[in-house]
Amino acid sequence: MTEQNIKNFTLNFGPQHPAAHGVLRLVLEMDGEVIDRADPHIGLLHRGTEKLIEHKTYLQAVPYFDRLDYVAPQNQEHAFALAVEKLAGMEVPPRGQYIRVLYAEIGRILNHILNITAYAMDVGAMTPMLWAFEHRELLMEFCERASGARLHMAYFRPGGVARDISQELLEDIDKWADGYPKMIDDLEALLTDNRIFKQRTVDIGVVSAEQANDWSFTGPNLRASGVPWDLRKAQPYDVYSKLEFDIPTGKHGDCYDRYLIRMYEMRESVKIIKQCVANMPPGPTSVDDNKFAPPSRENMKRSMEALIHHFKLYTEGYHVPAGETYTVVEAPKGEFGVYLVSDGTNKPYRCKIRAPGFAHLQALDMMSTGHMLADVVANIGSVDVVFGEIDR
Amino acid sequence: MADTQQLDSIGASITEGLGNAVLSLNVIAEELILNVERNSIVKTMTFLRDDVNCQFKQLMDLCGVDYPEREKRFDVVYNLLSMTQNSRVRVKLQTDDEGQVPSVSSVFSSANWWEREAWDLYGIFFSDHPDLRRILTDYGFIGHPLRKDFPLTGYLEVRYDDEQKRVVYEPVKLTQEYRNFDFLSPWEGIQLDLPGDEKSSSELDDVKLKKPND
Repeated sequence: MTEQNIKNFTLNFGPQHPAAHGVLRLVLEMDGEVIDRADPHIGLLHRGTEKLIEHKTYLQAVPYFDRLDYVAPQNQEHAFALAVEKLAGMEVPPRGQYIRVLYAEIGRILNHILNITAYAMDVGAMTPMLWAFEHRELLMEFCERASGARLHMAYFRPGGVARDISQELLEDIDKWADGYPKMIDDLEALLTDNRIFKQRTVDIGVVSAEQANDWSFTGPNLRASGVPWDLRKAQPYDVYSKLEFDIPTGKHGDCYDRYLIRMYEMRESVKIIKQCVANMPPGPTSVDDNKFAPPSRENMKRSMEALIHHFKLYTEGYHVPAGETYTVVEAPKGEFGVYLVSDGTNKPYRCKIRAPGFAHLQALDMMSTGHMLADVVANIGSVDVVFGEIDR
Repeated sequence: MADTQQLDSIGASITEGLGNAVLSLNVIAEELILNVERNSIVKTMTFLRDDVNCQFKQLMDLCGVDYPEREKRFDVVYNLLSMTQNSRVRVKLQTDDEGQVPSVSSVFSSANWWEREAWDLYGIFFSDHPDLRRILTDYGFIGHPLRKDFPLTGYLEVRYDDEQKRVVYEPVKLTQEYRNFDFLSPWEGIQLDLPGDEKSSSELDDVKLKKPND
């Protein structure tokens, strides 16, 4: 028989494919059904966030952060608020810090519910999404009760939070946190020992610790490769240093480990939420400086000075001292950083957003080469990409 | 988190190991900032990654910053993380629109996309880059949108044309002028000569009104 040259097949995956998690366009070079090269084309959701932020005041920039990783909006605001506070030298009062940590952990659970269930759906399990989304809805109601918005909260402001939360809300969150571990148990019963789920995920997309460092992995993806690194422990911000929680790490760095880490993290987040509710101190929620935080509504009706402060804050905004900082938080997907350059005016000179998903998606080629076509779907699901933050 | 003392000692070992490549090294607000020469960036990054006292094994971020009034208008900023030292370092270099910055994607694989992004948004050219394509903007986009001289509204807009049955590109039409309020001190620093000002200068010298800036 004579040898025949068979040309590699190029396959377009997405941007309108339900497993592409939004608008990923993936150009796959296939050798039969084995991936030779995966070339993600991103930018289909590019909105020029960084350019827009350069043209807005610091306060007006906050809602843009919600729209980056729209699955867990609070955590992005957190990074920006911390960056501005660092440049301006503000210290948030304890109650403000506790509320922020409480909602950051709610954001983490919001994110993990969506990721785990969508990922399970990608590899064939329909039920987890139907079950767990009820709890996403409940959590979004807590967001609505705190800020008025279910999703894009714009609640973490530089200097604290937008407004105080009530005792009833705290009690309701506590009650929810009591019941939620049952839901995690149910999800585990559906997935963890599920034969089909394991066939699709175990030993798929293995990333070693060295590879994870080389490709700038952070968050659950890094910990699944066995690197015990969590910014909440290593470089604690707000009140994380006062709270007790564990950091799970994986052993194999495959898709299955990344799933297990997220499951475990949800349990730890519930623990943090319980502690925040139990230890919530009384007092103010924002800095006591009307040059940064607006005066109370009541005050504005009577005090001329308060009225002027309000007017100046919402038109001109505040001026942040010149300087630069790279401030990070442990967002649900990994290290979310803001490189903020201020030139002393009321607008940021440069605001670079370091999205964890950008680095993770970049490594998709490394993870998928040599795997089958169907495993690409498992890889995309397990690294947890959201295009709002990748495309910015 | 690393304190100032630890950052100082890391900084000392960096200056020792790199010598002339370091232009300046500062600790500002508990952040270690290193300015290097453009052509020594690969050497710097390799040293920072491999030296025992540094071990900055992760490149966390790479981005450009534009200062159009400078002769070398761009900064390229690298943020690195060392997990063993639990500290960060920021490496900066200056370049212009013609010069080439050596790519560090051979040192950190993750630099690949970030350099593509800096090329796309700022037009900073990286030499020896394996695949320097645009990444975030549209296919066939012209210009570098994050430069300070690129307008916020851009130059082209798209719409679906029902007659041609495809998306068409057209010059941007704004139904309303872009509202750019200048909130920066409308009271002080007005430099214009207002009509009538000339009267106050010569013959009416003694009753001259004080200009705001005097």
